[in-house]
Amino acid sequence: MTANARLYPLFATIAIFIAAYAICWMQFPYMLSTRVVGNLLTDNAYLGIVAVGMTVVILSGGIDLSVGSVIAFSGVFISVVLRDTSLHPLVVFALLLAVTTAFGAFMGLIIHWLAMPAFIVTLAGMFLARGAAYMLTIDSVPIDHAFYEFIKDSYYLMPGKGRLTVIAVVMLLSVAFGALIAHRTRFGASVFALGGGVQTARLMGVNVGQTTILVYAFSGFMAGLSGIVFSIYTGSGYPLATVGTELTAIAAVVIGGTILTGGAGYVVGTLFGVLTMGLIQTYIVFDGTLSSWWTKIVIGLLLLLFIVLQKGLLKLTGTQRDAALA
Amino acid sequence: MRRFLARIAPQLVTLAAIVVLVTLFFPDFVQIGFERGRLVGPIIDVLKRGAPVALLAIGMTLVIATRGIDLSVGTVMAITGAVGAWAIASGYGVVPALALAMVAGLACGLWNGILVAIIGIQPIVATLILMTSGRGVAQLITEGRILTFNDPAFAFFGSGTLLGIPFPAVLWLLLAIAVTLLMRRTALGMLVEAIGINRAASALAGVNARVLLIAVYMASGLCAAFAGIVATADIRGADANNAGLWLELDAILAVVIGGNSLLGGRFSIAASVLGALIIQTIDTGILLAGFPSEYNLVIKAGLVLLILLLQSPNLAHTWRFLRDEAMRRREPEPKLHTRKEIEP
Repeated sequence: MTANARLYPLFATIAIFIAAYAICWMQFPYMLSTRVVGNLLTDNAYLGIVAVGMTVVILSGGIDLSVGSVIAFSGVFISVVLRDTSLHPLVVFALLLAVTTAFGAFMGLIIHWLAMPAFIVTLAGMFLARGAAYMLTIDSVPIDHAFYEFIKDSYYLMPGKGRLTVIAVVMLLSVAFGALIAHRTRFGASVFALGGGVQTARLMGVNVGQTTILVYAFSGFMAGLSGIVFSIYTGSGYPLATVGTELTAIAAVVIGGTILTGGAGYVVGTLFGVLTMGLIQTYIVFDGTLSSWWTKIVIGLLLLLFIVLQKGLLKLTGTQRDAALA
Repeated sequence: MRRFLARIAPQLVTLAAIVVLVTLFFPDFVQIGFERGRLVGPIIDVLKRGAPVALLAIGMTLVIATRGIDLSVGTVMAITGAVGAWAIASGYGVVPALALAMVAGLACGLWNGILVAIIGIQPIVATLILMTSGRGVAQLITEGRILTFNDPAFAFFGSGTLLGIPFPAVLWLLLAIAVTLLMRRTALGMLVEAIGINRAASALAGVNARVLLIAVYMASGLCAAFAGIVATADIRGADANNAGLWLELDAILAVVIGGNSLLGGRFSIAASVLGALIIQTIDTGILLAGFPSEYNLVIKAGLVLLILLLQSPNLAHTWRFLRDEAMRRREPEPKLHTRKEIEP
């Protein structure tokens, strides 16, 4: 009974996405083409990847405000290293992922060791990563490399001339990877336990410190991967890029049906949260007369809708549990 | 009074240390001059430019004391600034413009308060909603443009001076004193702390937590309205995109540097305002000392980490443990002697 109730937010997310898509399709029949779908996946690839990391952090009851800065740092790091050295991009990617993962693990360590709120530690991390990006360069650095051209030119042509790009595939694989880790591994179980409550998790035998560090390391890794994808998407590195992406990612996670207090949610829901937000943007582009600020208002209203929905569900399942106890 | 000084001593020492540090790099930092009827100098500049964050920090302190957080204040600045500029540009005059901006701030606070206190949404999410959608609302008011105006009376709130002191500095000082008196001369402060420590227990003890929570979020909205008025009046225009952008994070940082726990409970508005001044002194100091501004964020991050380290409950525990151990070793225990006597 409760397992079913836990799926409701996920169903609601998917239903709202389908309904929104249907409304868009009725107004603009061309919306239902593989071109639009391909673009939707490509344009939101970096957001989807970083939101997967954010989902795991939020499932554990934490929050990671540093990811937007880490994406910007990644882009700058890649472009500056490619400009100044002759390393192959794949080597640079590996270096970068090692750096961002270590950075995430470091924040996790501080959160656990100093018993400080994740909010303020990752806020410091946000300043640090953004500052590190500024110190590398304050200009927008273009990336000219044959490998980047190769990645940009390789895509799968779907029927209907839609392009399934490499970065879209990377995003979909990240979601699958995140879902696997969160729902099918011992680490995932520990994350959910931690989100349910630190004390209970400890009593259940969860290694709280190790799990906390791994959660933020995972988020750092995903932010680094997202930075790589973003650098491919924009073909440059810019220290002022992706300001505020962390909050967009949190919004996507909440719209995706994950409860912000942690302990309940699905990684797949986050994908639909990201796509719903992307769909709003696409609709506004199609319409042409609406201003882009409507995106923000609609996303805010969606956030509110989902939170109220979750509140109602929690109350519903809560009363059921109470009834069962009585 | 002594208790009060002891509470804000760490912040005062930090501020003094940073001022000394900046003066080493930029000797003119502490110079204050008097030109054309107003005080001038880097320190006066810090007092003026720190005004938005200091104003926000006053409201944020109260919200954090109730174990909440208000992410929307930067956006509320944009909304209230847009409302004020719109009212001035439509020819309503200064007083109605100020009143409308303040009402807008209170309304934003009311919205947050209802979401938190009545619907029971976590503060961080409840205020995230207004944070993301509010800039859209502000842009609706300004119709996507930067709404400029030329009204000397309204501009006074940003660039005017009172007795030679920039008006924004006077404003945050007066507001901080007024709110502190309101909190400490009445039971309000204690009730706010009670909610932060344990909302259920405070409700059982007869505190009307629901009304008080809404009032606290409205106070935060009003502080954001003042900050929005100052920011808008300063540039004589409302920029819905950039007004107050990310200032909520600076305000939260100011409260944390002020030694207030994010887990609610005891609070000190004076310490939070000092925290805001510390942040502004760092920002201005780095620029004046001739460091490239790109170092600003890294230095800020390093400082925050240092302050977190000093405040960490775990570290304090370890420190106390080490001190006790050292004390024990200094005073020879009688048992040790007896063991030594037995051993040979």
